[in-house]
Amino acid sequence: MTKASQSTPQIDQKSQEATNPHSPVVDFGADRPLHLDSGVSLSPFRIAYQSYGELNADKSNAILICHALTGDQHVANVHPVTGKSGWWETLVGPGKPIDTDRYFVLCSNVLGGCLGSTGPASINPETGMAYALDLPVITIADMVRAQAMLVDHFGIEQLFAVIGGSMGGMQVLEWASSHSDKVFAAVAIATGARHSSQNIAFHEVGRQAVMADPEWKEGRYLEAGTVPRKGLSVARMAAHITYLSETALHRKFGRNLQDRQNVTFGFDADFQIESYLRYQGMSFVERFDPNSYLYMTRAMDYFDLAAEHEGRLADAFAGSKTRFCIVSFTSDWLFPTSESRTVAHALNAAGASVSFVEIESDRGHDAFLLDEPEMFSAINGFIRSAARARGLLPT
Amino acid sequence: MSVNTHPRVDFDVIASLVRPGSKVLDVGCGDGELLELLQTTKGIDGRGVELSQKGVNESVARGLSVIQGDADSDLKYYPDGGFDYVILSQTLQATRNPKNVLTELLRIGEKAIVSFPNFGHWRVRASLAINGRMPVTKDLPYSWYDTPNIHFCTISDFVDMTKEVGAHVESAVALNALGARLGFNMPWGFWNLFGQQAVFLLKR
Repeated sequence: MTKASQSTPQIDQKSQEATNPHSPVVDFGADRPLHLDSGVSLSPFRIAYQSYGELNADKSNAILICHALTGDQHVANVHPVTGKSGWWETLVGPGKPIDTDRYFVLCSNVLGGCLGSTGPASINPETGMAYALDLPVITIADMVRAQAMLVDHFGIEQLFAVIGGSMGGMQVLEWASSHSDKVFAAVAIATGARHSSQNIAFHEVGRQAVMADPEWKEGRYLEAGTVPRKGLSVARMAAHITYLSETALHRKFGRNLQDRQNVTFGFDADFQIESYLRYQGMSFVERFDPNSYLYMTRAMDYFDLAAEHEGRLADAFAGSKTRFCIVSFTSDWLFPTSESRTVAHALNAAGASVSFVEIESDRGHDAFLLDEPEMFSAINGFIRSAARARGLLPT
Repeated sequence: MSVNTHPRVDFDVIASLVRPGSKVLDVGCGDGELLELLQTTKGIDGRGVELSQKGVNESVARGLSVIQGDADSDLKYYPDGGFDYVILSQTLQATRNPKNVLTELLRIGEKAIVSFPNFGHWRVRASLAINGRMPVTKDLPYSWYDTPNIHFCTISDFVDMTKEVGAHVESAVALNALGARLGFNMPWGFWNLFGQQAVFLLKR
């Protein structure tokens, strides 16, 4: 069987990014192993990152952005695989709320990812082949530990801010909890301190879809030269529904038919929504590693910040000096406002400084990635106020 | 939950009662105007709770630490003695359980500052006594059927409640219709008739 026989140029490019990315990398050798929650150590490992702006002389202006489940480090530059612009260019850039003229903005591909940081598609030095499922299970705390080592690598003692949405928001909360003194300000958007049962359920559907695809080959598809295209795209289709609201879906697609006047009395993509989801599924395969999807979803499922503190979420933030900004969206049913409110109440109970805004939007969970002026103004106000307190802006 | 649209003459009085550099929680902080005033003039470490999402978002955009919440149900999340002052300005009358709220203020703060419109003011009394109608004034602009102010009280009523919850009145200021302070040595009954609003500094 020829290698990558089912591949496309873009999938080849994707594999290239996993092992030899366009982004700068930091390699942590045998002298700096990463102790994982699972009890094993990972060594060596690599973190790929992007940065924007300049680090100031006293290294006090660094903002770490934590990306979401299927995001990556390409926050504000053209993506090397898809050719699309950065995923948070609405928020990050010169003169934007996260102003790259003022701040040094850093974003790393999470551990377990597939855009250059060590993940299941990386080469296991012990075997010379991809890790696949031999990579230990990664948790949100493990991702944060790896990011902390990257931040240390830059000689940054305290991040001015850590910001992220969804899985990125989980990392923000983990940062603020376990590395409290290293975080001056924290912005957690459309997230929660735990993954709900319903969210775990959706992830399990996605994982089962990937693993049920015969081309998955027990995770060894890279050597087999196959692509579990169907499985991963079905996983993405199911997940994508959870990122949108019913209102937004109905407004965009309604019951409209796709390039036809009548239903075909078959199982073709008659409806626009079907066609849209199929497209979302297929294009996801072109840019994301299937095993990495398993690892990322698992990391989110395992996240439960209160459980790490005997069920008391407030204890996760005890004595915190960090300033918090919590943002939720009215139509987000994946991480509903109640999850954010729980975090805000825990922060109150811990005596922490917290702002909590719920943004009126009918665009569902994905609203945090979209043009939401009210979110921008809240984040802008919060960041500017924190910058004044940190001496980065005149008072 | 700010339910008074008139320029807030009580803000200056409240600011005069707050010690510089203290830690302050403003319950029902509206768009954050008072918190911002206290931060600018008194250098306080301020937090806010506000019921309306619009007020919260405006406050956060101003750079204030404000969360969406309800004075009646969400004060229980704050630890005992977490603040030097807890302020409830022009909000008491809009709460469902004012006595419980006052108790919570005194649990969370070393001191509580409460300002409220005085329903014992002569204009209010006149409106009821002469016209036989619920008062609608520039300070109390709502009709009876759409008002958020469900628990009006008079200065005398409030003084009674402070005794019931075991609060000590450290100082009190009554403002007349022009926003001027009434004479300090006047009896409560005089304030109750001529004070349009009152500001109380309470201690546990």
